Amino acid sequence: MVDISALTNSAGYLLEGVLVTLLLVALSLFIGFVCGIVLTLGQVYGPKVIKKLVGIYVWFFRGLPNIVLLFLFYFALFPFMGLDLPAFFVAVTVLGMRSAAYQSQIFRGAIESIASGQMLAARSLGMTKWQAIRSIILPQTLRLSLPGWSNEYPVLLTDSSVAYVIGVAELLTRTAQVISRTGEPMLLYLSCALMFILLNYGGMMLIQLIEKKTHIPGLGPEGGEA
Amino acid sequence: MDIVQYLIDQIPFWTDILLPALVDGLWVTLQLVALTAPFGFLLGFLIAVCRVYGPKPVRALAKLYVIFFRGCPLLVLLFLLYFGLPSIGIVLGSYLSALFGFILCNSAYNSEYLRGGLQSIKGGQMLAARSLGMTKIQAIIHVVIPQAFRRALPGVSNEFIYLIKYSSLAYVVTVIEMTGAAKIIATKYFAYFEAFAAVGIFYLILVSFATIALNKLEKKLAIPGVSGAKQE
Amino acid sequence: MTEPILRVENLTKTYGDLEVLKGVSFDVYPGEKKVFIGPSGTGKSTLLRCINLLTEPDGGSVYLNGEEVTNSGRKINDYRQKMGMVFQNFNLFDHLTAVRNVELALLKVKKMGKKEAREKALFELERVGMLDWADHYPAQLSGGQAQRVSIARALAMDPEVMLFDEPTSALDPELKREVMEVMRKLAAQGMTCLVVTHEMKFATSFASEILLMEKGEIIERGKPEDIPTSPSFERMRAFMGAYTEE
Repeated sequence: MVDISALTNSAGYLLEGVLVTLLLVALSLFIGFVCGIVLTLGQVYGPKVIKKLVGIYVWFFRGLPNIVLLFLFYFALFPFMGLDLPAFFVAVTVLGMRSAAYQSQIFRGAIESIASGQMLAARSLGMTKWQAIRSIILPQTLRLSLPGWSNEYPVLLTDSSVAYVIGVAELLTRTAQVISRTGEPMLLYLSCALMFILLNYGGMMLIQLIEKKTHIPGLGPEGGEA
Repeated sequence: MDIVQYLIDQIPFWTDILLPALVDGLWVTLQLVALTAPFGFLLGFLIAVCRVYGPKPVRALAKLYVIFFRGCPLLVLLFLLYFGLPSIGIVLGSYLSALFGFILCNSAYNSEYLRGGLQSIKGGQMLAARSLGMTKIQAIIHVVIPQAFRRALPGVSNEFIYLIKYSSLAYVVTVIEMTGAAKIIATKYFAYFEAFAAVGIFYLILVSFATIALNKLEKKLAIPGVSGAKQE
Repeated sequence: MTEPILRVENLTKTYGDLEVLKGVSFDVYPGEKKVFIGPSGTGKSTLLRCINLLTEPDGGSVYLNGEEVTNSGRKINDYRQKMGMVFQNFNLFDHLTAVRNVELALLKVKKMGKKEAREKALFELERVGMLDWADHYPAQLSGGQAQRVSIARALAMDPEVMLFDEPTSALDPELKREVMEVMRKLAAQGMTCLVVTHEMKFATSFASEILLMEKGEIIERGKPEDIPTSPSFERMRAFMGAYTEE
């Protein structure tokens, strides 16, 4: 028979794992966001060399499996540089840099969909290129990128579980640990799966709520070209 | 020079140990991808058809399927299949667990693209087909599906690229594909950098090659006015 | 007198609370051109779709050459071939070139051989002046060209009646003309036509009979040449006047 106590006795420990997972996702999203913007600006407005470099960065981080990136940075690159970093830190860095590659492409699509007339109009008012980017282009870009984010969050959430392979104490790792003590793999992995699904759809609803709250008439995937 | 000597000393390790192991792993990776892709596509198509054309309860079930297998991290799904199922008497083994896990995940994502494709076909297409005397089935086969597939193609080929990458998770349930092979060599010879750099290059080549091939395919199948890119 | 080719008896159709058709009846004789006019939303398009059962009527019957089309079960697909339909938005198959649009149903429904179907398709394209565009996709055609291809597609099935559902409504004025010319040519060849349109000039010059529909009923009907003078066509005159002034 299924022994529910295996779940209830470890509930606190597992819920801490949920927090670790959420922290991992939130930090990665944030790093991916900041680095993603920098990458995008480099790719759209930068000189040719920068454009090339950003292209290579994106190709690299989108071409490698998560697990290989984690191994590469955790076992090879960071130790090679003489850095002994905690697994959580490595996971956040890798997931964040990888997310930056994806997010930069979301931003790029958004920037390209904003008519070049916006930049012209800003410059005609005497704004510098940087002022125009900061106060005209970026705000519109970020708003246009929101739908793309509702893809990025679930991707990061499900990918965060791969941090298991370097031993980050997130939800899946803790679930596996509890199972090795108490058994009941079916019950515990199923609960783990349901928890992820809950976090997934809960987060999506939150993003959709933000999307609605920040809606600007005329500025949308359809209105962007006008 | 020392570094040159070092590199020369390294050559046998690469040619005799690392590369053969990775090539062995590569075959397993390719096998997993080649077996998953067609089944993942067909199952995804079935789910999409259920969601668009099915009666209400079937639609609800198909939706539940998609919610579960898209929401559940693939690694958790693999653990469920590999470690969880045996406790209720179903023993799949590592290879089948990985394969089933990939197919379930791949089909759930594909079904979303295919559903979008099916739903993007305007009702007039069906009306016109029926007005010429086609049966509903004929209209679906000759008119709706060819257009829906083309519209779903960019999404489905993206998913194929993802599949190449997430096939690496099979390693966690002890299938020795490329990543597994690299990890074993890395640990055994304490050659983390070499092993992971090499396997990384393998993946980059594989993914880049697949991307180019799929782009070619998309171009070849492209029809003015019928593509996955945003129209109108 | 000859038998009617098409007989429509007491057709009714309701959507929710809205009675779109309230018992519409008429006969169509070979070679006749019946044109339906009337305000938008009075059931004209629904009427055409109920005739070939693309929309299932709630009551009434349709007979083609004396055989009942309504309740014909699987045989409906045979009847539909004999009633070619042209839509307001063309509804060309977007993934097929013009010639393949025309031959698809020949291959799949009529089970023609490839060569025969291609020949027939090219012949029909020539009939509507679209032979030079045979290998173009719908997205590469103007609205008028697309509509001509869709007419060729319907003609290829060798229909006995053609149903035109506002065939020029989606077109720019200069493109309307090319479609109307094709229709006139067909009519001159003796094709039986049922047309729903808002083009009053075309209606009067094309029709053998004009039928005014309002709120799901035929309220006036008659020969175009009688409309300007006869006292029984007051509403028809008012409606046509209002439309032409626009």
